[in-house]
Amino acid sequence: MTKKRYILNFPPESGDKAFTYYLVKDYDLRINILKAEVYPGKRGSLLLELEGKKENIEKGVEYIRNSKVTCESLDKRIRWNEEKCINCGNCTAVCFANALTMDRTNWTLAFDKNKCVVCELCIAACPLHLFEIDFR
Amino acid sequence: MPKTKTYKEINRKLKSGDAVVLTAEEVSELAKKLSPEEIVEKVDVVTTATFGAMCSSGAIINFGHADPPIRMEKIRLNGVPCYEGWAAVDSYIGAAACNPDNPSYGGAHVIQDLLEGKDVVLEAWGKGTDDYPRKHIKTKININTVNEFTLFNPRNAYQNYNVAVNTAKRILHTYMGTLLPNLRNATYSTSGELSPLINDPEMKTIGIGTRIFLGGAQGFVVWPGTQFHTSRPKNEYGVPVTNAATLAVIGNLKEMSPEYLQAAYYEKYGTSMFIGVGIPIPVLNADIAKRVSINNSQIESHVVDFGIVGEPKVGQVTFEQLQSGSITVNGKKIRTAPVASLAKARKIAGELKEWLLNGEFEVSKPVQLFPTNTSLKSLKETEVDND
Repeated sequence: MTKKRYILNFPPESGDKAFTYYLVKDYDLRINILKAEVYPGKRGSLLLELEGKKENIEKGVEYIRNSKVTCESLDKRIRWNEEKCINCGNCTAVCFANALTMDRTNWTLAFDKNKCVVCELCIAACPLHLFEIDFR
Repeated sequence: MPKTKTYKEINRKLKSGDAVVLTAEEVSELAKKLSPEEIVEKVDVVTTATFGAMCSSGAIINFGHADPPIRMEKIRLNGVPCYEGWAAVDSYIGAAACNPDNPSYGGAHVIQDLLEGKDVVLEAWGKGTDDYPRKHIKTKININTVNEFTLFNPRNAYQNYNVAVNTAKRILHTYMGTLLPNLRNATYSTSGELSPLINDPEMKTIGIGTRIFLGGAQGFVVWPGTQFHTSRPKNEYGVPVTNAATLAVIGNLKEMSPEYLQAAYYEKYGTSMFIGVGIPIPVLNADIAKRVSINNSQIESHVVDFGIVGEPKVGQVTFEQLQSGSITVNGKKIRTAPVASLAKARKIAGELKEWLLNGEFEVSKPVQLFPTNTSLKSLKETEVDND
């Protein structure tokens, strides 16, 4: 069993499809909706965690993409400019998902993107503005 | 007769390559096995360092005279206001200065841009005088076109700093980072046992004229920093448990490195600058050896509540507890996070150690020691006559 997070962006015409139902029923995936934003008549964004057999996740993602919905792995939508990071730790103060933590031996920042819940608090908390997340 | 050493002896050893230099973390480790008397025998210099946001920082700049010349009476660098109350082309740009229309780009960012060799737009206005007839200038400057470019920070390297928490129901955006509501996080600054003024709490070796590492170059302590306070409560190890002494420092920005200076913007607060400061402490006697041996379990700080006006004290914790990842405040276990870079401070302490060992850096006896028994006044408001 594997677990992976994806960001889905729905164009206005795809807003009425019951994706999660089919992902469970046809692909045997365990779904955790971590964040959702819907703008009626416009578009919507969803952060999903998919858990299941690796090939089922791949098939499920393909099904979503074939339905004209963008589906991209979360880590591809998060950017952390590591090279410029000074390891101050400000971002770890707000990351209650524990995606951003300090390595307690060398006091450098560790970022586990798979734990991110896209709360986006790190974007403003970083005094160097080194985080970018494309959710919408 | 207890062992003592002089500055001269230590400098001679540094020059001949016989000196033993350790970082403050290394000496704290060594102190688990050796007594202060043994440390004086073995260790000559201990390097300390910090890398945190220090708002009272800035740069003195002399732009040079244009032809025809202008007496600059209003000055902007990339739109950021600079001080204009000095002679015609002298100015000072504070790290926290900003144009309110563009609050995330401040004086610190201008200093960083110049330091990185980028062009910056200088615009200045004057009323025009007989000797300075020009009224306006708009041109590009960079680190090579200006005369002096001097980092002068009136308050750096705070000796200890309060830990920040927030009991209020709303999120707070502060210079101590983002404080989540209802005691959901605590933030702390300083580099603990590596911190300069914690290793010499009575400032017996750090004073006016002390040669230091500043922003990657050699700089100097020039004065006690603003809000210099030596009467704060101390713990049993002689370390102040709250914001206490500070340093005013100076150095040549043209010799500094962007590696050790970093502009910052705190959401809904403003701009500031991370400053890399490293200070060598000569181990002159057993008392100093004992001071530099201090470790994180012996350093304590007040925990204050930013959610209540007046920031009341709500606890006291050790640096060791802060580094463990959580502390307990009001019976609640809360997550801790640093807001100053220990990784960078370690790098500075290491670099300063190299400079000392290579004979590139001497320890210097302060020209004058700092005052003692100082305290702080608050601003008392009195009625203003309107006549």
